[in-house]
Amino acid sequence: MTTGTAGGLTWSLRDRSPEDLAMLADTVPDLPADPSAWSGGGGVRVCVVDTGVECGHPSVGSVQGSYEVAPGPDGTLGVVDSGPLPDGAGDACGHGTACAGIVRRVAPDCELYSVRVLGEGFTGSGEALLTGLRWAVDQGFDVVNLSLSTTRPKFLETLRALADQAFFTGTTLVASAHNTPVESFPWRFSSVISVGTHREDDSGLFLYNPAPPVEFFAPGQNVQVAWTGGKTIRTTGNSFATPFISGMCARLLGTHPKLTPFQIKHALYLSAANVRIGEPGTRGEA
Amino acid sequence: MTQSPGLVPATGAGTATRAGSAEHDLLQSVVDTARAIFGAAASSVLLHDRDTDELVFQAVAGEGEESLVGSRFPAGRGLAGWVLVSGEPMIADDLREQGMFAKDVAKATGYVPDALMAAPLAHRDRVLGVLEVLDPAQQSRSSLSELDLLALFARQAAAALAVITDRRQEEPPSAVRARGLELVAALRDVLLEGVPAQGANEG
Repeated sequence: MTTGTAGGLTWSLRDRSPEDLAMLADTVPDLPADPSAWSGGGGVRVCVVDTGVECGHPSVGSVQGSYEVAPGPDGTLGVVDSGPLPDGAGDACGHGTACAGIVRRVAPDCELYSVRVLGEGFTGSGEALLTGLRWAVDQGFDVVNLSLSTTRPKFLETLRALADQAFFTGTTLVASAHNTPVESFPWRFSSVISVGTHREDDSGLFLYNPAPPVEFFAPGQNVQVAWTGGKTIRTTGNSFATPFISGMCARLLGTHPKLTPFQIKHALYLSAANVRIGEPGTRGEA
Repeated sequence: MTQSPGLVPATGAGTATRAGSAEHDLLQSVVDTARAIFGAAASSVLLHDRDTDELVFQAVAGEGEESLVGSRFPAGRGLAGWVLVSGEPMIADDLREQGMFAKDVAKATGYVPDALMAAPLAHRDRVLGVLEVLDPAQQSRSSLSELDLLALFARQAAAALAVITDRRQEEPPSAVRARGLELVAALRDVLLEGVPAQGANEG
């Protein structure tokens, strides 16, 4: 069978004209880019794939949906609606709550969702991570925050396929990098936005890395974050820079809802504090 | 702290509690060295008991040294749990002010830390446990480079631990112990050479 739109996907243009492909797009924000002028993320759905989120935490605010990976009757992992989970049940570690709080701070008007893939019962389970991430991508969330990675090679190709699926279906996947040269995934894929931590005190500063694999650097050193029990702690780690960029993606999408993942990365690139626009036709530093 | 709602005595079950003397020597050296590097009040190694899915205090230097070894709590909870399940290092500060740790670890040790650094004991694609440093010198509590240093040390410690574990069946115990201690001694020399004097003896 050679249909050009098998399964809703376009594989060829044999039976379609250019008119059939008409679509509306958004442009990236005007230059010079001013991230402070972007929206608060209203109407944008952000999913935090992590250890769960403590609902009702003052730094997190409203959580539109709480889900968790759980085994079914036959032992197969699936995602279930856990309902709002309070202190002690929503997030056994605190980390997901911290990430959600950072997204909320950066994009105060966004819709937050949580899917718990790590914590008690799921220590070191790459299968749970894959199950939760696959579910989040299938749901079509606008932004998925993944402050996690795996070093296990057996998950590599599945993660790559999931990251590609997200990229092509309009879900921007924001993933934590390692500070040290550790081979882990999915942050190494070009289809995701990878984030590390810079060492500056500016809580709004983000930078583009001219020599990836880590593409962006954001605040993650000595930052105040939400934690369990309605409390906050000061902390340092790469995983806290990632939700900052997820929040920036939500802010962008709030005013430019038709932006694609590649446009979002482009807009962030142009908006990074260390990137300036050169004269047309010049190369490198000239 | 919320991470360990129930510290209970070790039962001896699981691979994490069957550490031989070579492992014990190695892990004690690791925590002694980590405590010295970061000028900390305490340092501990917690290994993951996969049979029971718990973290077990396997070696402690400083505060809690007498009471914590062998204690265990559910893996996947709290700061150490996060480091175990994610394989990512992190620093947390202001814990005392927030009442963290107070419920359980403090009950077991009488000691309430204010800051904690933790890094995974990661070897190849496995996380064997967590290396913690409690109340490090002030300069280490908010520094990404200090966290990187701990992560590097933890990775080498995990490699040494894996060497001992892998070869325990193949070599006489004395040879295993000597090999592990050689690795740690070499590592300690390298690390302490680059540590500021004030960071190596506070706490």
